[in-house]
Amino acid sequence: MRVHAQRVGALLGGLLFPALSMADWTVNMTPGVTGTSNDIFNLHMTIFWICVAIGVVVFGIMFWSIFAHRKSQGAKPANFHENTMVEILWTLIPLVILVIMAIPATATLIDMYDTTESDIDIKVTGYQWKWQYEYINEDFGYFSNLTTPSDQIRNRQAKGENYLLEVDNPMVIPVGKKVRFLLTANDVIHSWWVPDFGVKKDAIPGFINEAWTRVDKPGTYRGQCTELCGKDHGFMPVVVKAVPEEEYNTWVADQKAAAEKERELTQKDWTMEELMERGKTAYATACAACHQADGSGAPPAFPALRGSAIATGDMAAHIDVVVNGVSGTAMQAFGGQLNEADLAAIITYERNAWGNKMGDMVTPKEIFDYKNQQ
Amino acid sequence: MSAVAGTHAQDHHHGPASGISRWLLTTNHKDIGSMYLIFSFTMFLLGGTMAMVIRAELFQPGLQIVQPEFFNQMTTMHGLIMVFGAVMPAFVGLANWMIPLMIGAPDMALPRMNNWSFWLLPCAFLILVSTLFMEGGAPNFGWTFYAPLSTTYGPPSTTFFIFAIHIMGVSSIMGAINVIATVLNMRAPGMTLMKMPMFVWTWLITAFLLIAVMPVLAGVVTMMLMDINFGTSFFNAAGGGDPVLFQHVFWFFGHPEVYIMILPAFGAISQIIPAFSRKRLFGYAFMVYATGAIALLSFLVWAHHMFTVGVPLAGQLFFMYATLLIAVPTGVKVFNWVATMFRGSLTLEAPMLFAIAFVILFSIGGFSGLMLAIAPADFQYHDTYFVVAHFHYVLVPGAIFGIFASAYFWLPKWTGYMYDETLAKTHFWLSFVGMNLAFFPMHFLGLAGMPRRIPDYALQFADFNMVSSIGAFMFGATQLLFLLIVVKCARGGVKAPAKPWEGAEGLEWEVPSPAPYHTFTTPPDVK
Repeated sequence: MRVHAQRVGALLGGLLFPALSMADWTVNMTPGVTGTSNDIFNLHMTIFWICVAIGVVVFGIMFWSIFAHRKSQGAKPANFHENTMVEILWTLIPLVILVIMAIPATATLIDMYDTTESDIDIKVTGYQWKWQYEYINEDFGYFSNLTTPSDQIRNRQAKGENYLLEVDNPMVIPVGKKVRFLLTANDVIHSWWVPDFGVKKDAIPGFINEAWTRVDKPGTYRGQCTELCGKDHGFMPVVVKAVPEEEYNTWVADQKAAAEKERELTQKDWTMEELMERGKTAYATACAACHQADGSGAPPAFPALRGSAIATGDMAAHIDVVVNGVSGTAMQAFGGQLNEADLAAIITYERNAWGNKMGDMVTPKEIFDYKNQQ
Repeated sequence: MSAVAGTHAQDHHHGPASGISRWLLTTNHKDIGSMYLIFSFTMFLLGGTMAMVIRAELFQPGLQIVQPEFFNQMTTMHGLIMVFGAVMPAFVGLANWMIPLMIGAPDMALPRMNNWSFWLLPCAFLILVSTLFMEGGAPNFGWTFYAPLSTTYGPPSTTFFIFAIHIMGVSSIMGAINVIATVLNMRAPGMTLMKMPMFVWTWLITAFLLIAVMPVLAGVVTMMLMDINFGTSFFNAAGGGDPVLFQHVFWFFGHPEVYIMILPAFGAISQIIPAFSRKRLFGYAFMVYATGAIALLSFLVWAHHMFTVGVPLAGQLFFMYATLLIAVPTGVKVFNWVATMFRGSLTLEAPMLFAIAFVILFSIGGFSGLMLAIAPADFQYHDTYFVVAHFHYVLVPGAIFGIFASAYFWLPKWTGYMYDETLAKTHFWLSFVGMNLAFFPMHFLGLAGMPRRIPDYALQFADFNMVSSIGAFMFGATQLLFLLIVVKCARGGVKAPAKPWEGAEGLEWEVPSPAPYHTFTTPPDVK
């Protein structure tokens, strides 16, 4: 009873919360924090006011006709139905307005396309349904996953402040530097958008797109994937932290050290318990979105793993599916996405969780050797 | 001699056959027109129900009613059904009914093909809707079905979807051929091209657009079919293909397609506004030229749907300028409608109310279109609710209000009775308020940063989503009233005279109401 009462409370809280404390009636674009986003905002406002002005004149005349030229007011219809001069005039005037509008738009566009002379290059890869950020000059990279708990999404818990816009590992960039993004995708088309930067670019498999930004104000900036990319399209946010340069340098050094540590994990001797424990966490981030936390999957696109032929069959075949993926299906090749320790842990976990009782394990070293054989 | 006389006597009594065979086998343009219109309204309710599911899920943040997989199926099917099942067949229905009556022809030029092109549609939609019950669900990749989401990653039902699109395409092409053949060959003596009613003109141009782009759609879905079932890699980067190629081909179809959905409405509005202003259409010739200009330009702007795809700078600039240019002929049309009303003698019956709302709200959709055309700004607008607001403003108060206006305008001619004006005005005002409540806040949501096609959203978007859902429910429920009005009108009421509208002009008002089963068996004289 108590549990139910708490649940209802949380539910009601969750339902009322947005209405009460998050009342947000923003009606316009925000100028953002970069030169580009400010240029865009100015273009947006200019064209908006042009539209308003045209609207006031045209609708004004129209409403005047509706009110004054009514049959019930005794209006007699006039006879005119043609005037070439007028037609030419209202063809030319809009044309001139458009030319005036096109000039600043062209200038902004040229500036947005200038990705030369960048200070930092970050490769952004879209996956179903997460982002990978690789600092290509620094030799490290990582995935950025949604951290909003499923209980909040399913209304069993009150929603947090950054509901759906929070990740485990945000992208980190230094302020005042020109950052170039190289965007691509691993599976379907995604689109990387940070409204405050005025940067939106599609991440397309087989293509590398370029975009750039220079952020002057430190802060955390949030956006989302904006190209429909499958069932969790609404659940792959973009979070970028802009930090002062010293802080950025320390962060880069930490990341490099951590990457080195990860590599060492491969050499370590692992026990079954350690692999199962690591496997549970790694499975939750990398696999559970499709195969579900309890291994039940969502057939037919995402088969169940509980009791499946692969997870309870030959070890080599299981490793092959996870490392190389299954072409022509939604099963990705995780060999390049995860380190050896995580791959070994996930495979071991899948063979021994949810009632799968294979009792065997694979070590990171064996995965390393398997990948090198290929 | 007697044989000839006998045939003639039989012809004289030739009316509709009885029972189901009347509808299955009919070659009569009025019957086929009615079937198109009824089919279209059925699809409108079905697609609308899906929109209600979408808006119910979006009423509040969090997942309440449907899972993301099903949500994506709903957005996809809603779009496909509304575009191909509701709007396009409605205009073909209007064309079937009105074009022969307007040009003084006894029927469409190719009546048997007319029957076939209609009956293909229920088949196509039966297949499309049946995918909802298949393993893996219905198509879930959006009505734009971008590859590789729709190919490598599509559900097993995608092949059925492709087949349905093929059938719809065949139906549309046959319908278009029929319109062109009718308009070019069967006009009454004296009706020169530049004397044709605007509705006929806009449909003639629309038919050419259909013939030009439906094969392109067929091509792109065939390439998908090959990728999915026969191992080709048109759109699969891993096999040397190009996912962006899909978008170029799709939008080469897709952009003219949006004009296919609006030009006939332009035509209908150009009939209705003069009728209720009791004044001739201002600038008829320029209206014709503007329609032609819009149609030509529609082939040159497809990549404005792809500004964030990574089109090179020169391409980006070309498509931005070309898109801005479309505003010019579209503006000419709006200015001419206003000039027609100016110093007229207006009355505000339901068709006129819908027509006025069309001009205002379509223009608002046009304004947001102008904003979207500014390529740098589009980087912020693209794939957000701002775009959703934009295309619903041109399609709902544009295409659909155009259809409602036409329906009320010609219902007396179709049924022989006047519709209930009070109910019709109620239908208008509820639709008007509901529609604006549903779609106007979407502009704000998009500008605040809400992406489209998401089943759940961040908390700052909660308030306007709730408003929008309430508006959508209101608009949806109101459409049942339209059904009631039409049924009531068909069953009886005040008898309609041949010309129920004082200011209406055209051949369709010279035949009695309801229009007899066969009209203009001898061509009328057009002065």
